[in-house]
Amino acid sequence: MMPGSAIGRHLVVEDRENRLQQDASSLCINKVEYGDKKIGFITSGICYQYVKEAFPNASVLKLGLVNPLPKKLIEEFAKNVQTIYVIEELEPVIEEQIKSWGINVKGKELFTKQGEYSSNMLKKVISGKDDKVFAKSESPNRPPILCPGCPHRSVFSVLNKLKIHASGDIGCYTLGAVAPLSVIDTTVCMGASISMLHGIEKAKGKDYIKNWVAVIGDSTFLHTGINSLVNMVYNKSTGTVIILDNRTTGMTGHQEHAGTGKTLKQEETYAIDFRTLCLAIGVKNVVEVNAFDVKELEKTIKESVNNDVLTVIIARAPCALLKGQVFPNKCLTVSENCKKCGMCMKIGCPAITKNEDGTINIDSSACNGCGLCLNYCKFDAIKKVERV
Amino acid sequence: MKEMNIMVVGVGGQGTLLTSRIIGKTALNCGLDVKLSEVHGMAQRGGSVVTFVRFGEKIYEPVVEEGSADMIISFEKLEAKRYAHFLKKDGIIIVNDCKIEPMTVVIGSAEYPKNIIEDLSKEHKVYSIDGKKIANELGNPKVLNSVVLGFAAKYIGFDKKDWLNTVEMTVPPKTIEINTQAFNKGYGE
Ligand SMILES: Cc1ncc(C[n+]2csc(CCOP(=O)(O)OP(=O)(O)O)c2C)c(N)n1
Ligand code: SF4
Repeated sequence: MMPGSAIGRHLVVEDRENRLQQDASSLCINKVEYGDKKIGFITSGICYQYVKEAFPNASVLKLGLVNPLPKKLIEEFAKNVQTIYVIEELEPVIEEQIKSWGINVKGKELFTKQGEYSSNMLKKVISGKDDKVFAKSESPNRPPILCPGCPHRSVFSVLNKLKIHASGDIGCYTLGAVAPLSVIDTTVCMGASISMLHGIEKAKGKDYIKNWVAVIGDSTFLHTGINSLVNMVYNKSTGTVIILDNRTTGMTGHQEHAGTGKTLKQEETYAIDFRTLCLAIGVKNVVEVNAFDVKELEKTIKESVNNDVLTVIIARAPCALLKGQVFPNKCLTVSENCKKCGMCMKIGCPAITKNEDGTINIDSSACNGCGLCLNYCKFDAIKKVERV
Repeated sequence: MKEMNIMVVGVGGQGTLLTSRIIGKTALNCGLDVKLSEVHGMAQRGGSVVTFVRFGEKIYEPVVEEGSADMIISFEKLEAKRYAHFLKKDGIIIVNDCKIEPMTVVIGSAEYPKNIIEDLSKEHKVYSIDGKKIANELGNPKVLNSVVLGFAAKYIGFDKKDWLNTVEMTVPPKTIEINTQAFNKGYGE
């Protein structure tokens, strides 16, 4: 819209809001259920279910439209009901508007702004009742982990070995933050890995990021990584960006993206080539590496963090859960050579556990046969066998 | 039938989701109001997972709260321990007697608790089954969830034929026979 039209157009917006405000009180999606008139609730969405669960006999005004609020309906409800609670998660958006009209309701002075609500919490606050019977026991955490055979694990194992920090991003590979890989130091939102590395370089100087890289998934790179990379080129960055190209959008359920060559409907389409794209925006140094080739990865990463040239490393290998992604009929097992050094445990593969005697066990039903652990055993205690 | 609150817990990838769907569908087919909710996102990735199934005349809240679970069906021992405090006073635990070490234990930063089933039995009614063994005997480790479901079904209620109907409707067509066998084994026939 042209700026000149915006001023005139605002009158239309104001008029629409006025009419909506008037209509709100008669819309069927805002409904009153009268019950016990001593206690009432104004609420909407999932919180309605918690209210009904905890206080099935109370009066309820359920809002289907929360902006603008049905002022007339709320005023009428407030006349008929003695004590009213506004039940909304997080910020007191509904509550503050109602209070601003001089209506007496209870809200955040009683209920938390934190997290999700529950019927139990409402009961506890309002009637002091707690359904809880048993105390929670201490149990070791079970955080999610990268799948066996995940190519991200291979890249992180190299970064871990080289003691390199990573500015991280959003996707399965965010799990590179947790032990034992412990590589990712920052994660904010999609695309932030590249711009944060760039920011660190600008704030602390190019020598400070000689042991830093940015890691970003293929889908995330196309979503919001590319614009930060343009910025790096333009503002003369010397950093290293690793695109973890597992040929899919892993974390959210393996959707296609603009680099896979298929549309969401599985039709063939043009596949954006990362290398060509990076070269086109002016990245001088673009290297493509097989994500499972740890030797090549190590060499490439060492080189590029140490030089003063902006480098993009495309570490490519398909996600272990992609259809048809089966490592060539090999699984892994442990021979008698195991010296109990625990080196293979450092890659954090869920298929590898320790036996009572300290030797290693590889669960053949969990192992995908990627062979990453072979790179980390110095004693030939792991070998490939036929997949049965 | 009275209202029932069930939690199905386990390790991502064990088939807890499918199990809770079968329970939900069975209740739905028997004319009850059902709410089912699941923790999404990382389910494939080996983390602790929990799904809630509630059914009865009229159900509002989609999750089961601490102190209100009638039954916890756990596919792994440590996960039974992790969620046991959700039980009602006389709630029961159905547990698959299997140990899967979380990464925190594997790397030595935590210890896998000993005697979990014995300890849980001190406070709760616990029924355990070696589902993996039975599934392996049937020649397909993947039917573990049907074995555990069959075992739990006895304690949930509904007619056996209602259960088998839903199993048939839900599992992939090629696996109906083996899943039915697995269900029956768990059920105790
Ligand atoms: C702005 C925004 N949109 C969507 C999401 C949801 N989301 C989480 S991870 C992800 C995709 C990750 O895919 P990719 O970068 O290829 O990494 P992978 O999971 O395959 O390792 C998306 C879309 C989000 N977190 N933020
Ligand atoms: S789904 Fe794919 S990308 Fe995600 S952890 Fe598993 S193997 Fe890795």
